[in-house]
Amino acid sequence: MTETMQLGDMLRRRGISRRALLKYASYMASLMALPPSVAGAMAEGLAKARRQAVIWLSFQECTGCTESLTRSFSPSLEELIFDFISLDYHHTLQAASGEAAEAARRQSMRENQSKYLVVVDGSVPTADGGVYSMIAGRTNMDVLAETVEHAAAVIAVGTCASFGGLPEADPNPTGAVPITKLVTGKPVINIPGCPPLPQAMAGTLTHFLSFGTLPELDALHRPRAFFGETIHDRCYRRSFYERGLFAKSFDDDGARQGWCLYELGCKGPVTYNACASLKWNGAVSFPIQSGHGCIGCSEPRFWDRGGLYKPLSAGTADVRKLIGIAAVAGVALGAGAAALARQRRASTSATEQ
Amino acid sequence: MELLDFARGPALAFGLVVFVVGSLWRLAGVLLLPRMRDLSPARDGAPPAPLAALRTVLRRMWPRKEFAQATLFPTINSYVFHLGLALVVFGLAPHILFIRSLTGLTWPGLPSNLVYGVGVITLASLFAALARRLGHPVLRLLSHSGDYVSWLLTTLPVVTGLLATSHLGARYETLLAIHILSISALLVWFPFGKLMHAVLFVFSRGATGMRFSHRGVNV
Repeated sequence: MTETMQLGDMLRRRGISRRALLKYASYMASLMALPPSVAGAMAEGLAKARRQAVIWLSFQECTGCTESLTRSFSPSLEELIFDFISLDYHHTLQAASGEAAEAARRQSMRENQSKYLVVVDGSVPTADGGVYSMIAGRTNMDVLAETVEHAAAVIAVGTCASFGGLPEADPNPTGAVPITKLVTGKPVINIPGCPPLPQAMAGTLTHFLSFGTLPELDALHRPRAFFGETIHDRCYRRSFYERGLFAKSFDDDGARQGWCLYELGCKGPVTYNACASLKWNGAVSFPIQSGHGCIGCSEPRFWDRGGLYKPLSAGTADVRKLIGIAAVAGVALGAGAAALARQRRASTSATEQ
Repeated sequence: MELLDFARGPALAFGLVVFVVGSLWRLAGVLLLPRMRDLSPARDGAPPAPLAALRTVLRRMWPRKEFAQATLFPTINSYVFHLGLALVVFGLAPHILFIRSLTGLTWPGLPSNLVYGVGVITLASLFAALARRLGHPVLRLLSHSGDYVSWLLTTLPVVTGLLATSHLGARYETLLAIHILSISALLVWFPFGKLMHAVLFVFSRGATGMRFSHRGVNV
């Protein structure tokens, strides 16, 4: 539950100096494209921040987002900030279960009215009254509506919560919808990705803890600092795209030499995320560096956009059969038109004779 | 459905279907038309009809000496944008991938930056062609709205392709979607406007060559 201890106190107790906090604030400010002068204010804000109550709701999801955010590669300030938040309800991490867990959620909501953050992981099924995902005998729709009513803001973590994700993929049997479809009148921030980058989550939390506001968002409610550029823009293979050098198959010579993976279906040019600059696992690598094209997991409907391995410039529909029919129809029309012309000519000749 | 999904999906499929139906309709319609029989014997020394046709197709790739001076600019400018369009359409790797997805055919692509440069020259050449059409009194009189539509629908894919490549004016996916939509519009218009000359010029020149050669005229 929320405590009066400030984040600065906790960091000092854990041996983190003020200099280290300032460095972290500078790093985070630059990461979020904030002016350098903001770093000091951010550090001050962080140091004075009270424990933030967070209620984490898991709906139709695979827990990959939680895995991504909680299994940081090495102890870092980000990890400490995650430690600092008061995670009052989280299916995977909470010790309580059953009615006790639900009671903890309600208690946090009561004690932190209008101050707590709701983090949602997973999409919400709405078909057939929402029966496809129930928690404590209640539909996800019910739990979400109750929990966000007095929240300060809602953070949709992962592509499922942000855009519907895999549960929403065609034919969407559960009627899955993203959080923005159900939550109105509250600020909603989307941090998509399958899973999302931990830095995007940490940056959003840091901004909220420091300034009490959410960072600047794009049209899809994503923090612009992390989702402002495409993977393609920052990809180290980009120069090979410009030179027209493309890998023809996975792990061929070209792919090993760093050639562009566009022909193998890379969706980097239309995917907004920071994977290419921040990378994963302690900035060791990211999918494209490992030889696999970007699948565009932080974009809406990425699963239904024409195949993960189909090049972006190819159409999404298989039109070959359609074109065959069109060819036959075209020739038939032409032959018909010519036959009519012949008929007209014959009748004209007969009239002239 | 987002604009890019619409462009890559139904819009492109529609454009391709109309292009194939329309082009084959016109082509079959023209080729199966009843022909005027030439009952006169061929002049002495007249080459066989296929050779005469081929010779005229090639000969008319460049104007006769008498007209060379007067038509120098349109001839060179036409070569610039025709070759430019061919290089852009068949040289850029994403375009080759598009063609491969339809036909299975593939060939090595050109460097993207080179194609970009060719695209800029092509665009300038297309504008020069328009300026000449608007500035030349006879040409202006001969032009009708269909000619301007053909020009517009040829130029739009070049403009939108350049904008998409250089990320100018909007987000890349929006520009890519507009580029694909402009290609779909071009495909729809192609069989029904003068752009069909890309296919018909061989047959019209060939037919002229065969007829003239039969009568002993060297064209």
